[in-house]
Order: sequence, then C-alpha cells, then structure tokens
Amino acid sequence: MDGWLVVEWVVKSGLLLAILLTGFAYTTFYERKLAARIQVRIGPNRAGPWGLLQPLADGIKLFFKEELIPAKAYKAVFILAPIITALPALVILAVVPWGSRIEFFGRMIPLGIADLNVGVLYILSVASISVYGIVLAGWSSNNKYSMMGGLRSSAQMISYELALGLAFVGPIMLAGSMSLGDIVDAQRGIWYIVFQPLGAIIFYIAALAEVNRSPFDMPEAEQELTAGYHTEYSGMKFALFFMGEYIKMIAVSAIFAALFLGGYRGPFVDQFPLLGPLYLAAKIVASLGVMIWIRATLPRLRYDRLMSFGWKVLLPLALANIVVTAIVLVGLDL
Amino acid sequence: MGGLFEILKGMWITFKAMFERSKTYQYPEVKRPVRKRFKGRHVLKRYDNGLEKCIGCSLCAASCPADAIFVEASENTDAVRFSPGERYASTYEINLLRCIFCGYCEDACPTEAIILGDNYELSFTDRSQSIYTREKLLEPVTPGGKPTPQQVEPGMFDRSIPVMKNPD
Repeated sequence: MDGWLVVEWVVKSGLLLAILLTGFAYTTFYERKLAARIQVRIGPNRAGPWGLLQPLADGIKLFFKEELIPAKAYKAVFILAPIITALPALVILAVVPWGSRIEFFGRMIPLGIADLNVGVLYILSVASISVYGIVLAGWSSNNKYSMMGGLRSSAQMISYELALGLAFVGPIMLAGSMSLGDIVDAQRGIWYIVFQPLGAIIFYIAALAEVNRSPFDMPEAEQELTAGYHTEYSGMKFALFFMGEYIKMIAVSAIFAALFLGGYRGPFVDQFPLLGPLYLAAKIVASLGVMIWIRATLPRLRYDRLMSFGWKVLLPLALANIVVTAIVLVGLDL
Repeated sequence: MGGLFEILKGMWITFKAMFERSKTYQYPEVKRPVRKRFKGRHVLKRYDNGLEKCIGCSLCAASCPADAIFVEASENTDAVRFSPGERYASTYEINLLRCIFCGYCEDACPTEAIILGDNYELSFTDRSQSIYTREKLLEPVTPGGKPTPQQVEPGMFDRSIPVMKNPD
C-alpha cells in the first residue's frame, strides 16, 4: 500500500461527504418544491433565484436557535443520540460504487470508496445502528412522547429490517456475490428490477419504513406524539436528526439504484466512465422524487396495521420471492 | 388488492396535480381581489362635491358591539363647512384592535358615510397605531370636488340627510 492510496481515499471520502451534505440540503429543498407542486402551490421561491438559497437560510436559522437540554434529560446520551443517528447515514454509502474506474495522473482510480466483498451485510448492519440513536434520543429526553416515538421507531425498524434484508437476497442470488460492485456489474444487460419486480417493491416499501418516511412515519406522528423522538431537540441537534433522515433517504435511493436499477450503468458508460456518477445521480433523484410523491399522497398508516403489514404481508412475500427465485435459478441451472 | 388499486389511483391524481397551475398567489406582489361584500377597513365617504357624508350623529358608535368607534361632533357654518347640515364629525376614531368587522356601523349610518372597504392589510407595530383617525379614514376627494372645509353660499346645504330613493 503506497501513500497515494491513502490520499486517494481521503479525497474520495471528503468528496462523498461534501456531496452528501449538500445533497441533504437540496433534498429538503427538492421535497418542499415537489410537495408544493403536488399540492398546487409554488413552494419556497424567495431566498435567491428560484428559492435556491432556501436550504442555506434554513441552516443559518437553525444555527442561531437556542439549544435546549431538558432539566431531567440524561445529558450525555441526549447529546450523543443525534450523532449516533446521523453518522451511519453518512458512512453507509461507502460501499456503493459510483462508477467503474477512471485514469487520473497515471493511476487507475475506482469510483467508489470501498468495494467490500460483504457490502450488502455492511449496509444492513450500519443501517441498524441508527435505531440506537433514535431509541436513545427518545429515552434520554425524559418525555413520554419522545419515549413512545423512540419505542415505536425501534419496533418498526426491526420489523421492516427483516423484509429489507430478505429483499437484498434476490439480487445477491442473481449476481452470486455480496459485493455491490459485482451486483452492479452483473446488471450490464438488464436491470434486476425486471427479474425481481416483487423484490424491488418490497425493498422500496421496507426502505421507506426503515428511513421513517411517510406513510410509515409513525415515530414522528405529529397528531399523537407531537414530534416523536426529537420533540425535545432544537437547533443543530435537531438538524442532525433531520440530516440523518434525509441522507438516509439518499443512501437508500443509491442502494436501491445499485441493487435494482443497474447502479451507475447506462448507455456509453464503458467508453466514458465519468458518465457513471451522473447516471447514478439521476437514478437517485428519480427515486427521491418517488419518495416525496408518496409522502405527498398517502396518509400515515395506523400503528397496528403497520406492524401487521410488515409481519403478515411483507415478510411472507419476501420469503416467497426468495423461494421462487431460488427454484427458477436452480431450474434454469444458472 | 383493491387497496393497491386505490393507492395507484391516488398517486395518479397527485401526479396530475403536479402539472396544474398553482392556485396560490405570490401575495405581496400579486393580490387576490376581494369579494364584493368583503368587510375590510372602514372608509368615510364624501359626496361628489367633496363634502363629507358623515354628520357626526354617533349612531355608528352606538351600534358598535365592540365599542370601537369614538365620534365627537362640531358645528358647521357656511363659511367653514365640512358636511351638509348642522354638524360634522370633528373627531372620528376607530380602534381597529377592537373592531370585529361586523358592519353594524355601516347599517346604522343614516347618510351611508361609513363603508367597510377592501383594505385588509392592517398590521401595527404599536397599539397606538391601531387607532385610525378621521384623516386616515376619509377617502380622497374625487376630481370635480373640493377639499373640506369649504366655503359655500348660505342655504345650499341645510339638509343633513340627503334625499334617498327607495331601494328597488
């Protein structure tokens, strides 16, 4: 391992973090604009041209908000919880490739931070860590609504993680590898959403529940829980939760693109490797758009229905999907 | 499975909504015109010749359920004439923080001098700003009229309440 490799990793990680943090800000803007269009409104358009500086204005506002810690909160955990929630969202994208490789000063640089051979397992395990942040936030706030939100959130995430994990299995079996790089490469011809339509739908629904997006935003159901686990948070600590949620949306979209939509693959990507990140970005934006569209359309599910949907519908369907995929694979002797 | 169809139907409706023209207005720049019978801030009306319609009778103050109106009348003379008849409102104040915009003053007025207009942009930074005086409430003089006080020939404006037609 030479020194340049370290430089390469540092540069790529810094780039990814910068893209994610800007992406987070503009995802909120994208959501507000698109939701406004769906509700036949105009949306933010005052700050800067077309309202493009709105995320900046929001950020500055949050910086100057008072940071309140409730008197009877468990202070250390209270401060730690938003960090535990936001960090996994940032590191989860390390295993998703953004392109093949480009030549740069005579070095072949793979576009992507690390292509682990157990990338899928890495994603599942890192994604689960953020549940701790939410539960701890709810518990340390010493507030019944926060507690309820945190508990609901943990139950929901654990339930839907099963379906999510099983939805990963389809592409793994088709590609014969757990590395996301191999899975993307295996979709050179046809995207896996064609072979695994049910798997893709299950993945998408479970992912919505995993990132607490509407219609599965039970942990922060305003009408019953005020704001759920982040009721007591204000200022930048609140912004960290927000950041965690939106970056996880981006991450989940990127993973969905890698597993089912061919990742960075698209026309001419083999001749021009720099097209790869653009294709991936386009797929992420499209997937985010669908998430926002769903949020602007569907009402929140009742909690018991949410749980029974996860356990009685999604889980059996995901299992059946695996069985059918396996039988077809063995039958066709692939 | 029926539920799935309903979800897709709902998604289609919101998808179509994306391409509709926005129903909201860009408020400070574009203002939606108010309805014909909208009750906004009061306006004190004038006759075409510029004389004030208000004769200072205080019936509006008496009818006001919120006690928002204060009127003080003074004598008109033909040399210094504000309104037809004997008296005019030398002080006319409406406290818009008290006003409930019910329009009873409009109904009570014998000369149709007070009308609830179309101005709804009533924000104050101080409570004293909410008291609208006679000068603020009076509408501007229309072309062809003269500002008050006017000097008129004696005997022309002795009747305080104009001859009104029966409504059709």
